[in-house]
Amino acid sequence: MRLIAQIGEWFDRRLQLAAPIREVAEHPVPRSTASWWYVFGSAALVVFMLQLVTGIMLALIYVPSASEAWNSLQSLNHDVTLGWFIRALHGWGSNFMVAIVLIHMVQVFLFGAFKFPRELTWVVGVFLLLMTLGMAFTGQVLRFDQDAYWGLGLGASIASRVPLLGPAIVKLMLGGPIIAGATLSRFFALHVFVIPGMLIGFVGLHLLMVIKLGINEWPMPGRLVKKATYEHDYHELTQKDGAPFVPYAVWKDLFFAAFILLAVAACAAYFGPYGPSGQPDPTIIQTAPKPDYFFLWLYAVLSFLPPSMETPALLIGPVIVIGALLLLPFLSGEGEKSWRRRPIAVLTILLVAVMLATFTHLAGYTPWSPQMNAWSGEPIPPRFLQHRTALERQGALVFQAKQCHNCHALEGKGGQRGPALDSVAVQLTQDQLIRQVIQGGGNMPSYGKNLSPSETTALVAFLKTLHPAGQSPARDASRAVAFGENRENPSAVRPSSQP
Amino acid sequence: MSTDNTISRRGLFMKMGILFNGLVATALAVPVVRFLLSSVTRGRANGYLSWISLGTVNQFPEGETRLATFRNPYVTPTDGKTADTACWVRRIAGDQFQVFAINCAHLGCPVRWFPQSSLFMCPCHGGAYYQDGSRASGPPERGLFLYPYKIQDGLVSIQAGELPTPGASAALLGKKLPCA
Repeated sequence: MRLIAQIGEWFDRRLQLAAPIREVAEHPVPRSTASWWYVFGSAALVVFMLQLVTGIMLALIYVPSASEAWNSLQSLNHDVTLGWFIRALHGWGSNFMVAIVLIHMVQVFLFGAFKFPRELTWVVGVFLLLMTLGMAFTGQVLRFDQDAYWGLGLGASIASRVPLLGPAIVKLMLGGPIIAGATLSRFFALHVFVIPGMLIGFVGLHLLMVIKLGINEWPMPGRLVKKATYEHDYHELTQKDGAPFVPYAVWKDLFFAAFILLAVAACAAYFGPYGPSGQPDPTIIQTAPKPDYFFLWLYAVLSFLPPSMETPALLIGPVIVIGALLLLPFLSGEGEKSWRRRPIAVLTILLVAVMLATFTHLAGYTPWSPQMNAWSGEPIPPRFLQHRTALERQGALVFQAKQCHNCHALEGKGGQRGPALDSVAVQLTQDQLIRQVIQGGGNMPSYGKNLSPSETTALVAFLKTLHPAGQSPARDASRAVAFGENRENPSAVRPSSQP
Repeated sequence: MSTDNTISRRGLFMKMGILFNGLVATALAVPVVRFLLSSVTRGRANGYLSWISLGTVNQFPEGETRLATFRNPYVTPTDGKTADTACWVRRIAGDQFQVFAINCAHLGCPVRWFPQSSLFMCPCHGGAYYQDGSRASGPPERGLFLYPYKIQDGLVSIQAGELPTPGASAALLGKKLPCA
């Protein structure tokens, strides 16, 4: 023990670091901050360090070349001892990091920690969030599989919409005219050197400010932040009711960090690594690419924007969101900190959370996409075929053969792009059905050119049978008057009688 | 010690040193920036866009739409499979063709052709196109991208080499782009 102390002394005489480190560790923090609510920042840092370590380990094997990357991932998964586990740690680590950074941000927002004098800490934090998301996207590209390939195409398509500079930005992003070797190389450089370098620098700044300005005290309703008095009040608080950060508050950070690391490891061991999915071969088109979970909400939003809104929303939306985040501490730098007195802040968080969750959930089963194999893979349920005429069954055949089932569900099977047709006959009359099939509209292609008159007749005859047992199909009352008919007559269907 | 009006020898040297470094940095920045922007500035010069054969005319039956693949004209040694590209070739009649990019005009996902209903459908966000490539439904703002084609010596060739993106066809000084 004496020897260790002597060696320590020898180093410290030269480094002179012990005193400043002790000072930082023992700086007084308000007792109220030794809370389980204050552990997310340090947890994010610990997961970031895990990402650095596992990332370096992966780089020992990974080959950042479009022709070799996929194979090197396979060998990590199958050949290298525990390569699969390191990949899984890194993949799950990224999931946890995005989640923890977001939770940390919500906590800081609800506790009013972004207010004076911690505006810059928040601004740096916003950049840290953007970099974390940047790491998530570039990391997904490095898992160079089909999803990565088409995800890059998606990114390029969005980037290309920037006015005037769009095409140049696309080439800069891809490193060439197409998604290929140069693209992967530059995303590797971004993921491994550029963004982590900036992250380390910004994390350092972020931490420096946390230590220099002190951790945000637990907000008390009614205790308003005023620029003139805040620093004095905070100083007094830490003097009167403070405790050294180490060990008074740090033990909760330590416990939570260890718990999170354990959770990452458990997920990694149980669920294993992500992919890679199919080879990044652009000629294999039987694929439905999807982003990783943190970008699923965006994927869903993109399917709901009307065409005219899309480019403005994609280009202006992020500017507004990032701008609002950056301006927040300057627009609301003083006043009430407690969430109990900031209902709009709480509602904003709830609204954003519900929105993200809803869109993410929707992206899980993509109701806006045709189900590509429903026409050949999902048979029409038998009850729709029993006791039907030959014409109606012929119509059912048309329904399958013309891929109607890809977009329209029967008994919950099939695509959800268009409305389910289980009771379509109740909603649309015969004439309306014919019109809808032939002219399309309301986001349905027109089938006028793809269906012969006899096919249309058969299809509509089948559709007219789709109504619940006790309910009669919709009928056009004026028809009976005009044609002197007293009942619906399916054989009267003639597409050529359409105006 | 220097006052407002006098400059000391050391002070002058320091300023000259800063200026010197600034000049060197500017000079070095030129190649650095040119390197970084090379993928943009090289443009269409070095075989970015070329005529590529998709096969003989007879490989594509009249009235049908078939998948064809080609190797990108501009390749680098590490491109591997990614330099292979697919496209949809529709032979209307005789020498009349339409060659569509595989990329959806919405966000570039690979569209699939359904001959039974004569529709292209996109698996990502549900864009659909008619057989002539025009927009049928869904989020795309426009029809499928068309490659320019020519028939020579019984071969169908297209002019390709760039990833078609929705912005490119709308932007840049009204210049007509090959894949628009």
